[in-house]
Amino acid sequence: MSAGPADGGRLGAQLRDGDLRAAAAVLNLVESRGDEARAQTEALLAAVSPTALHGEAAGFIVGVTGPPGVGKSSLLSRLVAAWRAQSRSVAVLAVDPSSRRSGGSLLGDRARIERDPSDHAVFIRSTAAGDRLGGLAPATRAAATALSCAFDVVVIETVGVGQSETEVADVADTVAVVVQPGSGDVLQFLKSGIMEIPDVLVVTKADLGQLANRARADLEAALLSLGSDSTVVSVSSVAPPAGISELVEALDAHRAGLDLAQRRVHSRRMHALADYAAEYGDRGLRALGGRREAERWLSEQDGGLDVAALRHALEDRARLP
Amino acid sequence: MPETVHLPERDRPWMMRTYAGHSDAKRSNELYRRNLEKGQTGLSVAFDLPTQTGYDPDHELARGEVGKVGVSIAHEGDMRTLLKDIPLDQMNTSMTINATAAWLLALYIVAAEHQGVAESALQGTTQNDILKEYLSRGTYAFPPGPSMRLIADTIAYTVEHVPKWNPINICSYHLQEAGATPVQEIAYAMSNAIAVLDAVRERVPENLMGNVFGRISFFVNAGVRFIEEHAKLRAMAQLWDELGQQRYDVQDDRHRRFRYGVQVNSLGLTEAQPENNVYRIALEALAVTLGRDARARALQLPAWNEALGLPRPWDQQWSLRLQQVLAYETDLLEYPDIFEGSHVMEGLEAELVKGAREEMAHVAELGGAVKAVDYMKSALVESHRARWRKIESGELTIVGMNRFQSTEPSPLTADADGGILVVDPQVEADRRAAVERWRSDRDSAAVDAALAELARVAADASENIMPATIAAARVGATTGEWAQTLRDVFGEYRAPTGVGDAVAAPSEDLTALRDEVERLSEALGRRLKFLVGKPGLDGHSNGAEQIAVRARDAGMDVVYEGIRLTPAQIAGSAAQEGVHIIGLSILSGSHAELIPSVLAELADAGVGNVPVVVGGIIPESDAAALRQAGVAAVYTPKDWDLNAMMRDIIALVGERNGVDSAAPA
Repeated sequence: MSAGPADGGRLGAQLRDGDLRAAAAVLNLVESRGDEARAQTEALLAAVSPTALHGEAAGFIVGVTGPPGVGKSSLLSRLVAAWRAQSRSVAVLAVDPSSRRSGGSLLGDRARIERDPSDHAVFIRSTAAGDRLGGLAPATRAAATALSCAFDVVVIETVGVGQSETEVADVADTVAVVVQPGSGDVLQFLKSGIMEIPDVLVVTKADLGQLANRARADLEAALLSLGSDSTVVSVSSVAPPAGISELVEALDAHRAGLDLAQRRVHSRRMHALADYAAEYGDRGLRALGGRREAERWLSEQDGGLDVAALRHALEDRARLP
Repeated sequence: MPETVHLPERDRPWMMRTYAGHSDAKRSNELYRRNLEKGQTGLSVAFDLPTQTGYDPDHELARGEVGKVGVSIAHEGDMRTLLKDIPLDQMNTSMTINATAAWLLALYIVAAEHQGVAESALQGTTQNDILKEYLSRGTYAFPPGPSMRLIADTIAYTVEHVPKWNPINICSYHLQEAGATPVQEIAYAMSNAIAVLDAVRERVPENLMGNVFGRISFFVNAGVRFIEEHAKLRAMAQLWDELGQQRYDVQDDRHRRFRYGVQVNSLGLTEAQPENNVYRIALEALAVTLGRDARARALQLPAWNEALGLPRPWDQQWSLRLQQVLAYETDLLEYPDIFEGSHVMEGLEAELVKGAREEMAHVAELGGAVKAVDYMKSALVESHRARWRKIESGELTIVGMNRFQSTEPSPLTADADGGILVVDPQVEADRRAAVERWRSDRDSAAVDAALAELARVAADASENIMPATIAAARVGATTGEWAQTLRDVFGEYRAPTGVGDAVAAPSEDLTALRDEVERLSEALGRRLKFLVGKPGLDGHSNGAEQIAVRARDAGMDVVYEGIRLTPAQIAGSAAQEGVHIIGLSILSGSHAELIPSVLAELADAGVGNVPVVVGGIIPESDAAALRQAGVAAVYTPKDWDLNAMMRDIIALVGERNGVDSAAPA
């Protein structure tokens, strides 16, 4: 650490070779601040860019989000076991809320994910969310992008309803929103448009039986009235485990039906804009004519550009250093 | 002139016990018989952590813990040895056993059979209170639902077959140890009792509910604020009587009597000037004996040196003598209730009852004690934090610790052994070999059949678990086999840590600390990240939780995964999380085995350069060995200033990473 940030290019090469043990060092790098760390992170992302890989990274980036207390971590624990049973390697990026006052955080989510410590194909990293509840830690986008070229599955777990699944949707190939029976607020958020329509809606606590089935029916009705027939509503339970393999299938099915290249191009554009906004704030966005205008402009850029290139393009456009 | 108010006859003293047991059954049996010769009138069995959490001595998680904080009991043969030459038709035995209570009760019943004593004649107590294990003590094994069923099953079984047995001791004791205020202690214990009674109501005939209510006893704590503590007990008696009448329609007055045993406070015992603890213990004993209307049925006192390590037989004798002086020399037992008509006592009692009712209502709103575990745990962590802040600020005086610290060297701790019991390290190896021999000598087909039957019954919630458990005990199944069979059916469980929701501290004196963390984080390139780990089976997590919350409040990113982690799990987390420093907490005395294992695993995981600090009840000779092995710092109960500890951590990380966090000149 005293020796300065790790060599991003070399870490990228390790990931390209499928070296899962590089994951911790990758996270240490992308979480680091400072000019040198940023340069190395850019080198890392360049080393795992579509150009370097001759295509999109093969790993499946899954967003798992939902209100606190619905059992996301327990569900994730079962999902990780199911993926491992299919011999797929899994990286989990757990984003925990942090304390606004002290800047510190208590990261305990990994405890709820059962794993064998000798199994190096499961990597779990907890990250503090930063300032906003439900927001993504700045490093999480870079981490997900990088790890998806070495791990079969990369999960981004966030807390919240509303803002968070929008942000996760910018990074993930497939977003699963987890709710429990009787959480009417989610239904309201969906109807009022506060919450974007997820790819997969997971109703937990299926062991509650009727209650869970009614929640499923309510959600399906609401989705239909919103004109969405593509969202899969999946009902699952952790104890006793039920519906987990169906959920795995539903996630895979969504991913299979996806224009992956298009989704990843969008993801890189949003990543570049998020980095830009984090650096230059509202003033920076105004220099681009506002967020919407920036998004529109980005959508016209070359889809092959990596995050760093897109960001530099934004800086050029705003005539910022 | 007021008439004299002597009792016509001096009261019989309470039952006197000593919480004891270590190493193996044979050594503990010798200790018990010596204690009984000294005038102790009941037994209180301390089991080691593997027995309490359902692992055999040769299980990976048992490493370093076998025979440490209590006796290792793996099967009915051990139980027979433990109780050899102690007549079980006369003895009253209290067993501090919870997750595996049904099993240890079965072993006790089978051991009695061998003595020719029928189960109906047995007297004693199984602690059997799982909710407080989730909240404080940490020796749970199964998830809440199945655990409540096991409790209900043991109650339903004993009410019919072992009628003089107290099948559950609802523990407020450990809530106070976890930081509970008197109001919280009362409210959570009562809420817990309601959850248990509601669960039993579904499993016994309605006409037995009075007997069930009458068999529920409590295990209470008493701190050094002994007037208020006495009022607390009167408040509990009042609420318990009310609960019996109103919620469970218990008609017989005797069934509604509040019966409780006590172990007085260990939380307030200090490592600094440990001889002062004798006074604290005496005053706490008064809290539970002074007023006749709320006097303890059974009492066990801690030893003066508990904050130093495991007490020796002589230390325990000293505590027993205190009870005997109080009961036989003083005039305490000659009077009716001395607080009758006292405005102060009545006022205090009313205050506590009011507060407890409000808190009980809140727990009820959350759906009862089982559902409110997360809430109660967070509330306890918060109360403990508040208490600690008062000690640090000096608002709460602890003599010899945060005030009046100057002292002469103590002759009590000058002995070669440092004034504590050291368990023979050979015990663990012997116990491993012994359990292997036991397994090879028994009828394994009979054991397999008994465990298969146990699994079948466990999966069928309509059956009582006890008969199949007793049958498995008879054919020689082991503690680990019984528990593993149930784990396979019920699943594993991790209790909430309570720290996630802890309220952020008011910032006054943390500002400087936060600035230091910010500067160091800036220099490191990312936020200072701290892993707090509890290796092994020790469930006493209060200290680790307070460290984790304070580190968070100081601005660190803190990874805390709760209790019962293997060294490999801790090392794996440290590597994956990219932490800058690791803090390990062990209070069970297994540090000499577990800490070096963690260090070796860290090296294997490629993070051997990350500094490790250790906290716990660690004698100085062991601390020196740990430092020699590579531990950067060792903290013991005398290190009560958490902010000082945080500053050490900051300095240590700065030094190891070659960066400076000092304030700019």
